[in-house]
Amino acid sequence: MNSKPYVREVSKTTWFLSHPRYQRYMAREVTCIFIMAYTFLLICALGSLADGPDAFQEFLNALRGPWGVLFNVAVLAATVYHSATWFNVTPQAMPIQRGEEFVPGHLIVGAHYGVWAVVSLIILVWGM
Amino acid sequence: MAKSNKPIFWGLFAAGGTVTAFVTPALVLVTLFAAMRFNMDMFTYESIHAFAGWWLGKLIIFGIILVSLWHAAHRLRVTVHDFGVRADKQVAIVVYSLAGLGTLLTLIYLLRI
Amino acid sequence: MSELQKRQIQLEVLRYNPETDTAPRYQTYSVPCLEEWVVLDALNYIKDHLDPTLSYRWSCHMAVCGSCGMMVNGEPKLACKAFIHEYQEGQIKVEPMANFPIERDLVTSVEDFITKLASVKPYLIPKEDKPVSAGEFKQTPAELKKFKQYTLCINCMLCYAACPQYALVPEFLGPAAISMAHRYNQDSRDGGRDQRQEVVASDEGVWECSFVGACSEVCPKHVDPAGALQQVKVASTIDWYKEHLMPWMKR
Repeated sequence: MNSKPYVREVSKTTWFLSHPRYQRYMAREVTCIFIMAYTFLLICALGSLADGPDAFQEFLNALRGPWGVLFNVAVLAATVYHSATWFNVTPQAMPIQRGEEFVPGHLIVGAHYGVWAVVSLIILVWGM
Repeated sequence: MAKSNKPIFWGLFAAGGTVTAFVTPALVLVTLFAAMRFNMDMFTYESIHAFAGWWLGKLIIFGIILVSLWHAAHRLRVTVHDFGVRADKQVAIVVYSLAGLGTLLTLIYLLRI
Repeated sequence: MSELQKRQIQLEVLRYNPETDTAPRYQTYSVPCLEEWVVLDALNYIKDHLDPTLSYRWSCHMAVCGSCGMMVNGEPKLACKAFIHEYQEGQIKVEPMANFPIERDLVTSVEDFITKLASVKPYLIPKEDKPVSAGEFKQTPAELKKFKQYTLCINCMLCYAACPQYALVPEFLGPAAISMAHRYNQDSRDGGRDQRQEVVASDEGVWECSFVGACSEVCPKHVDPAGALQQVKVASTIDWYKEHLMPWMKR
């Protein structure tokens, strides 16, 4: 036991820059900003829907154009990264024991990607 | 050490994370197509208004928006802390108020349709 | 018989003598390493031939005792499991485990971890008070499998070195301690979950975790502490709803 242990300081603002593992984690976390923004976009759409066809057309017009496309592309990238990172860790958070063995992780993950594809198709087909 | 009240927020975060993981990418594709003026027929006021007028449609819309808001809010609370801001109580109030505002607006708009 | 392959490796080691130094400093040693060596072998060479003052912990040299945790090129590793041939550049930086105070050279203070581990009551608290004469506790293979993985922890603390939340919030209970609580909670013989929840379900307990997952990535025994912590969060959340929505239900 010594009386002078040395404590190494860690920067609370730049700690994640030190390793790709932490950079990937922060990338995953900031997807929430895009999802929050997009959800408010949906709320605006809902508001204009409630106000009638003219208001809704105004909303669509505002959505069209370079900023609207850019915003949606950015959100698309963020939300896809969120989905992938979410599905990949599901077996860790919710392991399924069948009998003695646990269901292999890749089956659980694969099932999620499968459902994702089906749900996405339904939304796109319905939307079209 | 008292037991935390985080579970209430984390439960919503987890539910929202799951829902957004499944539905949000496709929804973004729909709005992206609308923004790109791709396939003009699909985005008619009538069809969307009809869906939002249907009681089940209202429930689905409310459900998706509710969990998306509270998922993003809770993750934002943690992310702000990860960026070095040490004011958790205040940050929590801000982010959950934002989610609360979104929830309220959604309710109001859905009831008007 | 072929010539034993040797490669000259530069080991940049962080030194700290509390009696003479105000801050740590690097010291570089040139070590002739055999192809199959691990970093621990290089450290032992330094101690035996170059610098007997170098201090570090080690014991089994086979990744079961958990003594030789350190940062090798910035990555939490067991020195006995960090193979020299993985470091082709010929320069290896060796530092004490991150997020722990440095006692001397590569030796860190582990007091915080030990205290936290003890606080989760990491021992069987039997569900039923059964005298020895009544016979053994019986357990099916499936019941054993439910917690077996979490028994493999060797308390090497690499997960604490990797965890950014432990780095930023020193009060955090941490991956290994919470995983050990989970190991007993999942054991069919155990009935102590409520007692452990006082500590585990607090703000400084599992709720400080943000599922970075670094702990599981660096764990040399594949315990998957990140998974354990998420399972604890799920169970604690279900608890919370039960307590608040159905307070009449006795657990």
